[in-house]
This record gives sequence, C-alpha cells and structure tokens, in this order.
Amino acid sequence: MVTTIAPTSTSRKQTATGTRGRKPVNPGRVAAWAAMIIIILITLFPFYWMLRTSFSTSKALFLEPGRLGPVDFTLGAYKRVLGLASTTEAQAEGGSGASVDFFLYLRNSTIFAVVATAGQVFFSALAAYAFARLKWPGRDVVFFAFLTALMVPPIFTALPNFILIKNLGLLGTFPGLIAPYFFMTPFAIFFLRQFFLGINREVEEAARLDGAGHWMVFFRIVLPMSWAPITTLSILTLINMWNEYLWPLLVGTNESTRVLNVALGVFRSQTPQTGPDWAGLMAAVLIAALPLLIVFMFFAKRIVNSIGFSGSK
Amino acid sequence: MSTTTPPVDSMTVAGASTVGKGSDRPPGRSDLSMALVFIAPALFGFLVFYLYPTIRGIYFSLTRYNILGRPHFIGLGNYTKLFGDALFWNSMKVTLEYVALNILFQTVLAVGIGVLMQRLTKNTAVRAVILLPFLISNVIAALVWFLMLDFQVGIVNEILADIGLDRITFFGGDATAIPTIAAVNVWRHMGYTALLIFAGLQTIPDYVYEAASVDGSTEWRSFWRITLPLLRPILALVLVITVTGSFQIFDTVNVTTRGGPGNASRVIQYYIVQKGFTEGQFGYASAISFVLFVILAIVALVQLRLLNAGESDLA
Repeated sequence: MVTTIAPTSTSRKQTATGTRGRKPVNPGRVAAWAAMIIIILITLFPFYWMLRTSFSTSKALFLEPGRLGPVDFTLGAYKRVLGLASTTEAQAEGGSGASVDFFLYLRNSTIFAVVATAGQVFFSALAAYAFARLKWPGRDVVFFAFLTALMVPPIFTALPNFILIKNLGLLGTFPGLIAPYFFMTPFAIFFLRQFFLGINREVEEAARLDGAGHWMVFFRIVLPMSWAPITTLSILTLINMWNEYLWPLLVGTNESTRVLNVALGVFRSQTPQTGPDWAGLMAAVLIAALPLLIVFMFFAKRIVNSIGFSGSK
Repeated sequence: MSTTTPPVDSMTVAGASTVGKGSDRPPGRSDLSMALVFIAPALFGFLVFYLYPTIRGIYFSLTRYNILGRPHFIGLGNYTKLFGDALFWNSMKVTLEYVALNILFQTVLAVGIGVLMQRLTKNTAVRAVILLPFLISNVIAALVWFLMLDFQVGIVNEILADIGLDRITFFGGDATAIPTIAAVNVWRHMGYTALLIFAGLQTIPDYVYEAASVDGSTEWRSFWRITLPLLRPILALVLVITVTGSFQIFDTVNVTTRGGPGNASRVIQYYIVQKGFTEGQFGYASAISFVLFVILAIVALVQLRLLNAGESDLA
C-alpha cells in the first residue's frame, strides 16, 4: 500500500529494486486501473460507433441495431454525403436524396478556421508585443480593458454584431463570417503577452544596440523565439474556430459559406420518410471531425502538455 | 542588492544607463507611436467587435426593436416584461438544472480522472486519448449520442433491452432531456477538465505525499486530507471556466431537442436566439442576454473570491 504513494516513476523504480518493490497484486491499484480503462472505453466508444455506423446501410440498421460491426457493409453513405451518388442510389440506401456536398462545407470550414486563426494569432502577437515590451502611457489601462472583454458572453455581442454585419451587407460572405475573430481575442493577447514577458531581454537589447527597430526585433527575434507557444496557440484557436457553431449558423446562411457544423444540423433535419439516415449522418460527422483529429495526431504531445495554468502563472 | 538581482535585469539596467540613446530613450519619451502601430489591428477589433456591440447591446435592451425596423426606445420596458414572462423563468430554471448536473458530474469525474492519471500513469498517450472528445465539436458529440441514445436503434437502449430493462426516451422525455444533454457535454468536456486538474495536481510537491505515507496515511486519506485541500484554488479557477461555459449551453440543444419536449430543454441561450432570430424581437432578446451577462459576471466574481480565499494553503 505504501509503495503506491511514491508519486514519481523514478522514485518507484528505485524502490522496485529494494526489498518492498514490485508487489505483484495490489487490489487498490488493480481497481484504479480498471476504472481508468472503463473511462478510456467510454471516451473511445462513440468514435468507434461513428465509424461502424458510417459503413452500414441505413435501412439495414433498423433490423440489427445492436450489431457491433457494420450492418450490411457499404461505402454508400460516404458517396451520398460527398454528392457522388445519384438521387435514386441515395434513396435506395436510406438517404433523403436531397443534394448535399460535404466537400463544399469542408472547404468553407477550412477557409473560415484557417483565415480567422491566422489573422487572430498574428494581430494578437503584434498587440501582445506592444503590451509586453513597449513603454507607452495608458498601456496597462488598455490591457485591462481588453481583458474585461473576456467577461462578456459571446451571445451578448453576437446580437449587435449580427446587425452590424447585416447592415454592412456582409451576411452570407466570408468577410462577415470571419471579421469578429480576425483581429484579436482577449485570450490570445493575454496568452502571448505572458510568454513575451518571459523572454530574455538580452538578445533584444543587443539587437537594439545594433540599430534594429522594434519592427525588426519583432519579426527577426521575438517571433522566431516564440514559435512554440505560437504554434500551440494556433492549434488551440484552430480547434475553437473549427468547432464554432452559433456565429456561422447566424451569418453563414447560404450554401457557399455554410460550415460543416451548420451543415450537419441541416442534414440531420432532412429526415427521409423511412427514418433518419444514420449512416449518412455518421459519415458526415466523421468527415467533419477527421481534419482536426489528423492535426491532433501530429501535435498531440504539444497540445496535451499545453493544457494547464502555466500561461497564467 | 546588485549581487542578488538576476543577471537579466542588471544587464538591462546597465545597458540603459551607459548607452542612453541606443536602446532605451530618455525616460520622458515613450514608444507611443510605435505601440499604436503594433496594437492598431487588435484595437480596431476590440472597439468594433467587443466594445461597440457591448454598448449597443445594452442600448438595444432598452428598445423595442423589430429586426426589420429601427430600434424604438422604451426604457426598462423589456425588463419589466421579462419579470412576467413564464418562458423566461422556465428557461432560467432549466438552465440552472443543466448547469448543476453538468458541473457536478463533470467536476467529480474530472477530479477522479485527474487523480487516477497522476497516480497511475503520466503517459502522454493516455492523456491524448482522454482529450479526444474535446476535439470534436458540440454538434458532433450531440449527433453521435443522439444516435447512440435513440429509442429504437440506439445501442444504449439495445443494451437496456437486452438486460431486461425498459427503453428510455433519453432526448425525448420531459424528465430526461436535460440530464441527457448534461451527460453528453460531460462526456465531451470531462477529459479537458481532467487535464486542467491534472496540471494543478503537478503543483502539489511530492514530499507532501511522502511525508503523509511515512506517517501511515492511506491513499484514500491522503486524497481527502492533502489532494483536495491543496487543489482548492485550482478547482476554483477550473470552476470559473466550466460554470460560465456551462451557462451558455446552446449547440447541443439546437441540433437535438430544439428546446423540447415542450419547453423541457429550452435553455436560456436557446430562448435568446429564438426570440432574436426566429421571432425578430431583438430588443427583448438583448435584454435577456444582458441578464445572462450579469449572472455570469456575478458567478465569476463570487468564484474568484473563493479562489483568493484558498490561495494561501500551500505557501
């Protein structure tokens, strides 16, 4: 019992060679692992279920809903969701036959998320540099004002912002969709300022002595030195933008600006008479989830380790 | 003094005093013009998409504003109307019920998972798996569970039927809609919350546990006597984030129950969107969202008070 309390893996290894080490069975530990495995299963099962259902035939699903593997295996769901199946083909497999094109929504989501993230991170980095490194009157007041914006719930600003975008004639356009996210978020500025404050000033001072301006210092020194937190912030922002729902629902109203999340909601409400097209819906859901899951595969370690309170000290 | 200051600071000071005109200009001059260039885009975004709509939103809340017409000032009319609006009070009740269930289960599970991870494995792969649901959107999480909890073809109801229990109308029942939506969002957010807690647990030094174990404390006692008390400030911070997020539940409701059955899941944000965008009552919708704004501000302030109260535990 006592050995399990040793908190780090290294100290456990040391005791393992000692007399107490490597207890074969410890009921508490076994129970803890069992609980952990159950949690992991609950976490993963819905992902498996998306996959399993997307490879099934919707009509057959109603006959064998409890089957763990795909029911009547087919790629039909993907074909009709990507607009590659004819109306009759789609209806034969339990689709609604309405034309859907998730390639288009995939493109829209990508434009929205990537452009919004790029603008937001870049402009926030510029501002963060001014808050962390430049001396100007009112700096702390302005910074505090930016931070208070964190308190305002998005729905509260969404109503007037919608009116603004509507009056500008930008409803159903990418500029209208992207604008509120493009210039800053309080969080991004806060996150980057916190990091810039921690960068050693020596290199910057040396560059300044050599006559480099702030502009040069920012692009040649600060940005390259901070690529790690900037990457982290970009990925986190990309995740948030990709998953954004309310604003795109209000503003991305036509086909050419409809993002995946909104399209999924529309697709789900187009229920064919025979019952919901579950296979098609799950295929669509996987298409919407996959890009982020792929990004996550490459950056998992960085993202996982970035979650915490180090940014706020 | 000079011997104890970190080298970075002394360097900066020395550089400034000896060079003078190079890096740091005389104290009177600031970098204002440069700073304005650097913050110009962010400032524009802040003024146009945060500050202006906040002020405008408060003004809208004092008007009768049909989305097609012009705002018409009516003073506190919307707020007095709000008091008599049974649907508004219902939405408050439903939202509070959701927040209570969501936060209770999410926090308990997240603390459990966080402690399990700390005790069992620091493996990054395990943490990555735990985080997976957070990567998919609320909409996707809602749709997958909508399938899994479907009355006829849902695997959960299949299992219930197999072991001889009654099928449950999860999303479709008056009493079950809100708990179901809460459960779906617990599934999506518990891993992320657990990682926050896990990060907090890393700040508790090992020697505290070692000392406790030397004194014969069991795991169970250590958890209640050491982990939880020392975790309190972090828990408060986590709760500020999760509670304010929880109050703004919308996505899940919009793609599954659409407020139903009846008004059983007509949460406050859904009601705001319905009033503003479906019924075109922009002034009234603004008034409700201002109330939400105030509630969230109070909740955050109260919680931060609690946070400060707990800060000295590990000094």
